[in-house]
Amino acid sequence: MSQDTDVVDSEVVRTDTSDVLLETRQLSKYFPITKGLWGRTVGQVKAVDHVDLQIRQGQTVGLVGESGCGKSTLGRCILRAQEPTSGEILYRRTDGEVVDLAPLTERQLKPYRQDIRMVFQDPFSSLNPRMTLADIVGEPLRVNKVVKESEVEDRVAALLARVGLRPEYLRRYPNAFSGGERQRVGLARALALDPRLVVADEAVSALDVSVRAQILNLMKDLQADEDLTYLFISHDLGMVEYMADEVVVMYVGHVVETGPTADLYRRPQHPYTEALLSAVPNPDPNAAKRRERIVLQGEVADPSDVPSGCPFRTRCAYAQELCATSVPALREVSPGRRVACHFSEELGLRGIEELGVA
Amino acid sequence: MSANHMTDPTPDDGRVESAENAIEMKEVEGKSQGQIVRARFFRHKGAMISIIVMAFVLLLALTSIGFPVFTDSWYISGWWAYGPNETNTIVNPGGAPTLTMPWSPEGFAIGPHPFGQDEIGHDIFARVMRGVQTSLLVMIVVGLVSTAVGVIVGALSGFFRGWADTGLMRMTDLVITVPTIVIGAVLGKLFGGADPLPLAIALGAVTWTGLARLVRGDFLSLREREFVDAARVAGASNSRIIFKHILPNAIGVIIVATTLLMSSAILLETALSYLGFGITPPNVSLGQLINQYQSSFSTRPWLFWWPGLFIIVIALCVNFIGDGLRDAFDPRQRRIPSARKMARAARRGQAEVSQAHAS
Repeated sequence: MSQDTDVVDSEVVRTDTSDVLLETRQLSKYFPITKGLWGRTVGQVKAVDHVDLQIRQGQTVGLVGESGCGKSTLGRCILRAQEPTSGEILYRRTDGEVVDLAPLTERQLKPYRQDIRMVFQDPFSSLNPRMTLADIVGEPLRVNKVVKESEVEDRVAALLARVGLRPEYLRRYPNAFSGGERQRVGLARALALDPRLVVADEAVSALDVSVRAQILNLMKDLQADEDLTYLFISHDLGMVEYMADEVVVMYVGHVVETGPTADLYRRPQHPYTEALLSAVPNPDPNAAKRRERIVLQGEVADPSDVPSGCPFRTRCAYAQELCATSVPALREVSPGRRVACHFSEELGLRGIEELGVA
Repeated sequence: MSANHMTDPTPDDGRVESAENAIEMKEVEGKSQGQIVRARFFRHKGAMISIIVMAFVLLLALTSIGFPVFTDSWYISGWWAYGPNETNTIVNPGGAPTLTMPWSPEGFAIGPHPFGQDEIGHDIFARVMRGVQTSLLVMIVVGLVSTAVGVIVGALSGFFRGWADTGLMRMTDLVITVPTIVIGAVLGKLFGGADPLPLAIALGAVTWTGLARLVRGDFLSLREREFVDAARVAGASNSRIIFKHILPNAIGVIIVATTLLMSSAILLETALSYLGFGITPPNVSLGQLINQYQSSFSTRPWLFWWPGLFIIVIALCVNFIGDGLRDAFDPRQRRIPSARKMARAARRGQAEVSQAHAS
């Protein structure tokens, strides 16, 4: 990383040797609700509320939750596509120094923009229809001046080949491609700068089921080849189970449970996770018949008016008086498992096997 | 097939490449944006005819009576015998046109004054040609000025929003509330309404409002698109995002609005001159000609019809050209190919596939 040493030193928080690539601490994003002519702030939508998240080098972290639970906002805050309201985004550079990305200016942020890249949800909106693939995939290379102008096209051709597209497609416009091919272009663009972390925000949700598997496999292959780390944001627990090493469950801006994928799916510790798992579709019709679905009552809590105590208590079948008065902290219940529930040990929640999903 | 799908360099993602796609491919492949736009524009019949007509009108107007270059002293003279402000002896009774059609008893003839003469012997052809020159000048200058102002104002307020947006849009509202005719007349008079150039600049300074609003709206919606986010997280600067990502996507709106504006500028200049606020003698414009000759409409209709015809022709041509440009700039525009072309493309596609399998 070639930049002014003074600038570097002031950014460094600490030096670290752990394998945590990126960590958020108490990260929050509030959207003000304004009213009237002068834009008086009358309330706040707490899209992301004091979130702690750890992403280890080389792993895939699956971020799941209902629509509007703040998982996309969290992803965008990590990329600084949206300005976080408060909290820290601690990123460990290749030299082991840890940097807080949250307060950096756009100029200071530029070197890290190469390391953390994003794959967008909608392949039809994320590619500029007026640019050829050479310009779209080459843009990060040009903007960051990592290669000479004369070499940009060769690099783009190589990138296209790596995501399974013909290099001859260089001169074509995105309108000539199907959704799956477009998403491959999006992947190539994300990989252009040899990133370390790729945030995939519902990267395959807009695609046909048949194409999804191809893209997921491609992402896995690339991860193995390039030592990539993924933050895989999705609402589809089936895909997350396939992709992720670690799962983070969000509800109304809060992390309610984290843990290794297999363990979390087998033994959920939070009632919300149990309810989510019970809704995973099962391709086997016989198993689907005897399965038991937990249907949550009521609506998702309003993020501008979060219930007192535990945000999930209004829909939770196990809620008690304590839940309304005290906010459950995210605590470690067993090694690697953290959950924000007062009663997780006593509930004996059912995993995918008991629920008849697996 | 499924075993080696990851190494297959051409995944078709479940898509069957249709014949239509093959044609599209052939059309876009290996061409720069400029080449594609040009090819599509040349295919638009209305626009091509309009370009030819416009070129003919422009050439006729410039070469026939000549034109001054910057100053009146450096005048490139034309091949037409009469100037727009010369008075000549009246040839036909009442100054009727000497132009006769092939089907008339006299046969085809142009004569010395094909468009006729007015009561003091002005040659109407020369006056209409000078009027066309003036109107085209006004149209182009108004187009340039208002497009520049409108795009800058709209782009700034749409992209930066917040205070910039509020300030610029309130200013736009203010300009909109003042009737264009009135402000055009006042500014025209102030700048010296007799000359077309200051009048055109004055008109341009008040007609940009519609374009600014359109551009702002387009910018507001485009800046929320994911490709703008993608550029931003890649570290692209604001100016790169504006010029490389948003503006090219707004170009269709800008071109259509500009052409509509240009044709309406001609009509506005005509209206102003007709009311006596615009071009004044000895300068000549099409609107001013109509104004000048309106009283003789029943006795010498040719004084009225010829300038009117040229106004309509120019306005129509500009609109058609704008239409063609919009279609050309839109990459989503697809011509629906004929059945024959579809079949041919399908055959070619199959041939390629079998060739690929053979090799």
